[in-house]
Amino acid sequence: MHDLAPITALGGTDPREDVVGTVTLTERPGIALASVAARLGHEQACRAHLADVIGAVPAPGQCQLHDPEAGFWMGPDLWMVGAPFETHEDLADQLKARFGQTASITEQTDAWVIFDLRGSGMEDVMERLCAIDIRAMKTGEGTRTIIDHLGCFVLRRDPSDWVRILGPRSSAASLHHAILTAMHSAA
Amino acid sequence: MSQKNRLDGGLIARDKGLGFTFDGKRYTGHPGDTLASALLANGVRLMGRSFKYHRPRGPLTAGSEEPNAIVELRSGARQEPNTRATTAELFEGLVARSQNRWPSLQFDAMAINDRLSPFLTAGFYYKTFMWPAAFWEKLYEPIIRRAAGLGSISFEPDPDTYDKGFLHCDLLIIGAGPAGLSAALTAGRAGARVILADEDFVLGGRLNAETFAVGQESGSEWAAQAVAELASMDNVRVMARTTIMGAFDHGIYGAVERVSDHLATPAPGKPRQILWRIYSKRAIVAGGATERPIAFENNDRPGIMLAGAMRAYANRFAATPARKIAVFTNNDDGHRTASDLHAKGVGIAAVVDTRPDAPQSEVYRVIAGGTLCNSRGRLAVDAVTVMRPDGSTFQLDCGAVAVSGGWNPNVHMTCHQRGRPRWNDALSAFVPDAMGVPGQRVAGAAAGHMSTLGALASGAQEAVAALSDLGINATAIDLPEAEDSPVNITPYWTVSGANRAWLDQQNDVTVKDVKLAHQENFTSVEHLKRYTTLGMATDQGKTSNMGGLAIMAELAGKPIPEVGTTIFRPPYTPTAIGAFAGRSRDEEFRPTRKTPSHKWAEEQDAVFVEVGMWLRAQWFPQPGETHWRESVDREVLQTRRSVGVCDVTTLGKVDVQGTDAADFLNKIYCNGFAKLAVGRTRYGLMLREDGIAMDDGTAGRLAEDHFVVTTTTANAVPVYRHMEFVRQCLYPDMDVQLISTTEAWAQYAVAGPKSRALLQKIVDPEFDLSNEGFPFMACANITICGGLRARLFRISFSGELAFEIAVPTRYGDALMRKIMEAGAEFDVVPYGTEALGVMRIEKGHAAGNELNGTTTALNLGMGRMVSKKKDSIGSTLSEREGLNEPDALKLVGFRPVDPGNAVPAGAHLMSKGSPVDAAHDQGYVTSACYSPNLGHAIGIGFLKSGDTRMGEIIRLVSPLTGVDHDVEVVSAHFVDPEGERLRA
Repeated sequence: MHDLAPITALGGTDPREDVVGTVTLTERPGIALASVAARLGHEQACRAHLADVIGAVPAPGQCQLHDPEAGFWMGPDLWMVGAPFETHEDLADQLKARFGQTASITEQTDAWVIFDLRGSGMEDVMERLCAIDIRAMKTGEGTRTIIDHLGCFVLRRDPSDWVRILGPRSSAASLHHAILTAMHSAA
Repeated sequence: MSQKNRLDGGLIARDKGLGFTFDGKRYTGHPGDTLASALLANGVRLMGRSFKYHRPRGPLTAGSEEPNAIVELRSGARQEPNTRATTAELFEGLVARSQNRWPSLQFDAMAINDRLSPFLTAGFYYKTFMWPAAFWEKLYEPIIRRAAGLGSISFEPDPDTYDKGFLHCDLLIIGAGPAGLSAALTAGRAGARVILADEDFVLGGRLNAETFAVGQESGSEWAAQAVAELASMDNVRVMARTTIMGAFDHGIYGAVERVSDHLATPAPGKPRQILWRIYSKRAIVAGGATERPIAFENNDRPGIMLAGAMRAYANRFAATPARKIAVFTNNDDGHRTASDLHAKGVGIAAVVDTRPDAPQSEVYRVIAGGTLCNSRGRLAVDAVTVMRPDGSTFQLDCGAVAVSGGWNPNVHMTCHQRGRPRWNDALSAFVPDAMGVPGQRVAGAAAGHMSTLGALASGAQEAVAALSDLGINATAIDLPEAEDSPVNITPYWTVSGANRAWLDQQNDVTVKDVKLAHQENFTSVEHLKRYTTLGMATDQGKTSNMGGLAIMAELAGKPIPEVGTTIFRPPYTPTAIGAFAGRSRDEEFRPTRKTPSHKWAEEQDAVFVEVGMWLRAQWFPQPGETHWRESVDREVLQTRRSVGVCDVTTLGKVDVQGTDAADFLNKIYCNGFAKLAVGRTRYGLMLREDGIAMDDGTAGRLAEDHFVVTTTTANAVPVYRHMEFVRQCLYPDMDVQLISTTEAWAQYAVAGPKSRALLQKIVDPEFDLSNEGFPFMACANITICGGLRARLFRISFSGELAFEIAVPTRYGDALMRKIMEAGAEFDVVPYGTEALGVMRIEKGHAAGNELNGTTTALNLGMGRMVSKKKDSIGSTLSEREGLNEPDALKLVGFRPVDPGNAVPAGAHLMSKGSPVDAAHDQGYVTSACYSPNLGHAIGIGFLKSGDTRMGEIIRLVSPLTGVDHDVEVVSAHFVDPEGERLRA
């Protein structure tokens, strides 16, 4: 076991949590991520493996909420798979072993900062942040959008007062500031 | 102070008083008042001075179309100039000041301009300030600007925040008057997603300003009930204090919600305003109509206002400008004002109606076929001159005049996509054309349905039609009984013979100015606008444009529709720049990117520099160092002597996988990659399609089918985009997959003769770091610190024995601390981007300054790298004749002949004895620094045939900065030219 202590994207040893009104913003470092891109000519086999791992193949604009591994669509023949960091820190290696030559797998865990935004006023906050029609977005949907000039993914979770936001890790502080400002504005 | 002109009734909360000041004097109003209505109730008619002639002015309207009652609100940093007293909601403690006057509103010294008016006609500036030309900028313009202009600003940062947001709906309804409410009820009850927006703080539009009943209730009661029902619906969003300011493409509308403008200071965390982008599937414009004045001599005195506005003040705000009024009208609407105010106990001096067949009244005097030909009074009107049909005149005492020239539908929102309104003879007004904005319908007075019932009916009808387009079945609401009078108007624009009759009261444009413009051949309506400035003030001519067009038409002998209108553009009303900026201001103007060692670097008091969005440590000052060069020199010398560490995470990293990954790299790099062995790294140069160098970096082969490509920091995104373009569009048949991993890995350069020794303490012992086991340009997946996955590259930007080590970003902070701890015995030093730059210039490595979008591989001294054994992007066009001249620029180094001289980047190179001009230019210096290793300045740059001119003394000149001295042409490799150190 190595002796390097991790820090969160916001620079803390523990994840940050902010509560404003009915809405809670929580930093979620405990999620491992890996991208899965089908190899040319192996698309069907790759999809079969993906369905095997996360239960189904998410269509465009969709995510597959599933335990312990889950996933969402990122682009043509390209998905992101997530799982608990504690058990899946080596998620990319695990997936590589399962997908073999049918997919290119890339570790993405620390490319992203993940925030959970949750509470009855969540939609009021989200509509100040991005162009997603948040009030029409249903549990199980996920899409790419721009928040505070940053390319992000927004996934609608279950229960539906909850979204997960994935943003670029290096800009975690800016993204956090934007979300928190919107939370105060909407509260 | 008593509210001497406060009437009974109205929608104000009389039980609560609101104290406010205007020009330092204290007054009291009530919730529900605007600043204008409260001032009128307090007997104040004079509220401002005009733009050019500084004439005394009072409110002309009761809404956002106001040209005259323009004031400064609040104080200190919140001081806001040029706001309309007619829309400013009164709050306790409001501080308001008149503007554009000195020393006071009552006595304005600049009113001398009014006496000089014969000289200040339209086009005055263009004719007068022609010469001498140099005087314009230095003398005339500053004087004119000081004399004219509107309010003043505080010059302090706005302490409030502004927000932005995005809304979606099936149906956006713009305006909550009878038509808008009826449309919203129809659509809301059908279950459609509706947004109903209105600029006012009380919804209902004219229903609140008129005395008409709707069904069994008053109009305002009906409106309040409709709003309450709408507010209770989950599918309807009712937005008061929200101005739809523009109609943009694809059903997108801009809306400014004034969240806190009606409060002294916003609640903590709350924005002052929110700029909403509304995505609508369909929209209904129900923006109502704006009344227009009739121009007569001196029609701008305070107390003279639009008839509909005077009704609004009386009925809604329970205020009157005076206890005795006169009315001047060409339609039935003026009579409504007379009867409403009479009913409130205001004396009616007379109704002067231009129509010979004007309706008579039993309660007030009507002068049919009469006109108002002048007004009198010092700071407000106290009498008017009336002309009877027979031409005789007489004086009529009154403290206010209500003027109605008819109503113009508010067509703005239908014309924001260059639509032109259509003339309607029955209304004597422009109405929206059917081909306005896609997805948009128009209802109510905005569409020319001027009666209450007509508005209610058309609102419901348009909502049904709009929803039907979307496949939603809606049923029109049951229409209540309501007023349904026809429009009875005889066009009448200007009293004949009137000259100083004001059309555009905000920009002081008179009938005479329009005549002059026509006389001087500015006959196009767009030229008229710009020559006279008619309609160019902050009110955009909402009350004045029609008058100007009518006079123009008369002079040209054409009907009004042939004269046409000017273009309508967003925003509908003035919009604060802060609303456009939203949250993006100050240090949050744009997001920043922080490196994995940022927190640690902050603890070391690093000085940061912005590199794109990244914040990178520029140098690390130590106690006693007083100049940045001391820090940088120390970092360079210590790195070259022992070992240094630098965060290089910012360099772009693209993960390239697939069975064709090597072939793909062969396409994007001009040099060969197919044969690169697994576990090896190679320097690569990317060319643009036109043969110019695009970016450089390294690619490490981690497996047969797996590479990691690095890019320069600045080009990380453009290179990734280029690679995706190549993958998706040029070579879709290649099995290759790309994804950015820039942020996923914290990467540090560990450079210097002791770097290996340092890393051996960190890298797990099973990995051999010896020169044989891990030679120059090796790469590998390894583990460190007892099992953490990591990547190691033996590459060097500094020219020293060097490695780059990468770990998952969350461990980057800990790794930096570990390196510093393990390196203590080797005197390890952190270095920033400045030292990085110095070392790469000493080594002669090209960077952004050299890959500047004009240079080729040949210029960079890498001409032979462009492989002819394969096809790669840019290789063919790099062979263009023009890029391969015999005297092409070559990258070389420069050393000052006098070691005390600098070698500034950007300076140009001239042969000794040749003239210093562009024709004799020999090249230029791209990068320069002080080399602490050599003890003098050095530079690298491009020189014609530079590779054959080693040892030549040439002139370095920069006429702009006064540089002119000799430098010697040398190799760009100042340090370790044979590369022995990095292979050690």
